[in-house]
Amino acid sequence: MVQIVDTGASRSFPTRHKLHELPDDDIVVVLGRAAGAALATLGDVSARTAVLVELGTECLGVHTGERGGEEGSNILGFARFCLGDSEPSNLVELVRQPRSSPRAIDAAKTLFEAAGLRVAVCGDFPGRIIDRLVRPYYNAALRRLDEGLATASDMDLTLRLGLGYPEGPIALLQKTGLAQHFDVTQALHEALGDPAYAPARRARVAKQREGK
Amino acid sequence: MQQIKTVGVAGAGTMGAGIAIVSARAGFRTLIFDERAEAIDRALRQTEGFLANSVKRGKLTEAQKAETLALLQPATSLDQLAAADAVIEAVFEDLKVKHELFGRLNKVCPEHTIFASNTSTLSITEIAAGSRRDDRFVGMHFCLPAQLMKLVEMSPGLNTSEPTFKTAWAFCQALGQKPVKTKDNPGFILNYFLVPFNNDAIRLVEAGVAAPADIDRAIKSGLGYPMGPLELLDLIGLDTQLLLCEALHGVTHEPRAACPPLVKRMIAAGHLGRKSGRGFYRYDGDKMFGG
Repeated sequence: MVQIVDTGASRSFPTRHKLHELPDDDIVVVLGRAAGAALATLGDVSARTAVLVELGTECLGVHTGERGGEEGSNILGFARFCLGDSEPSNLVELVRQPRSSPRAIDAAKTLFEAAGLRVAVCGDFPGRIIDRLVRPYYNAALRRLDEGLATASDMDLTLRLGLGYPEGPIALLQKTGLAQHFDVTQALHEALGDPAYAPARRARVAKQREGK
Repeated sequence: MQQIKTVGVAGAGTMGAGIAIVSARAGFRTLIFDERAEAIDRALRQTEGFLANSVKRGKLTEAQKAETLALLQPATSLDQLAAADAVIEAVFEDLKVKHELFGRLNKVCPEHTIFASNTSTLSITEIAAGSRRDDRFVGMHFCLPAQLMKLVEMSPGLNTSEPTFKTAWAFCQALGQKPVKTKDNPGFILNYFLVPFNNDAIRLVEAGVAAPADIDRAIKSGLGYPMGPLELLDLIGLDTQLLLCEALHGVTHEPRAACPPLVKRMIAAGHLGRKSGRGFYRYDGDKMFGG
């Protein structure tokens, strides 16, 4: 069986999953909010095919250290994408470093795919792929709503019909949590310094009202 | 309300061919105009393939396919659009090119002919100003691929008359499309959001964050989008994306709308997307999307 080290409160695997039943005993999967910190307690893992560490919004390099662009080993990061309070999606963003082991990457992809998930490999950057792409779009939609481009329902309808999106941005953010959007986009704004990630007014209001 | 029976589609590129299919499939006699005979040949060949596939999928009968093809007529001379009650323009996103086309069309078409532009980023009012019939002018922005997507963003210009807009709206519904009224703003709704989003995806490739296939897989699996941004860019065409960026950024000056340098390099290398056989991906043949 895959060796699972669960530190608790995993966003990627909040409940038992097919991943837990897979037979590969040469891969270690470290789950939970403290997964990165737990890496140091595993001892020498260099002989393992792959060690997969669940990430939050931080980079993998925070846990492995970096060496002037030469970093990389059999330790990879990952996270299943989920928006706000929604269930984790079918997508695993698998985080590699410049010198990550190709064997470890292949093994990780095989493992997650055997668990019924889809894998997208990405570099070790803030926001990985999806958050990096969607947060500016969500902020723009919230700003244009304030500016009266269209009603929320017309904007959502246009984007659903025009691009085949399952949901428009406004309805999606309201369903999954504007305050959570604030948290993610604020962190990216701080990390990347790009004004497109600055939280839109409506996200800030939702954050300020949180807990009221 | 004025009745539209014959439709002209000016421009036999990807969008024009798709709009012509929508029009002929809805029962309108449709004249597809392009001065490049090879563009018309390709559009008709792709249309035949698309309709044949629609029959295979049970979306159309053989008889409907034959009727649609019979209604679709090539026009290599602009004079042939004199028979059109409405002309939908789908040429390059260049104000001068559109002004030149509509100026010529104004001389050819009868007074009652309504002009529509499929522009996705330019101002309807500014295009209409070069047509000499800005009261009978509307924006009708179809979505790519037009033959599959139902939405049409309908925008009146500042001088569009109420009867013209009503006629165009009813015509759009008769095409079997879903019109949504938008303001004559840069990019309307769709492209205001889509062009910068696609640029952001290109910048991820440029920055080495992920490979195109991984970005597309992430967006489709994580968000349930039907196409990834780089697949979509290959369908739109990198040359078209450059024009979209120039038009949108030229008006809004928003940094995300500025064209990423990689697009210009790809255009220089001839990697325009599906139409050239190579973009972010490689392609065999020029089969129409959905065909």
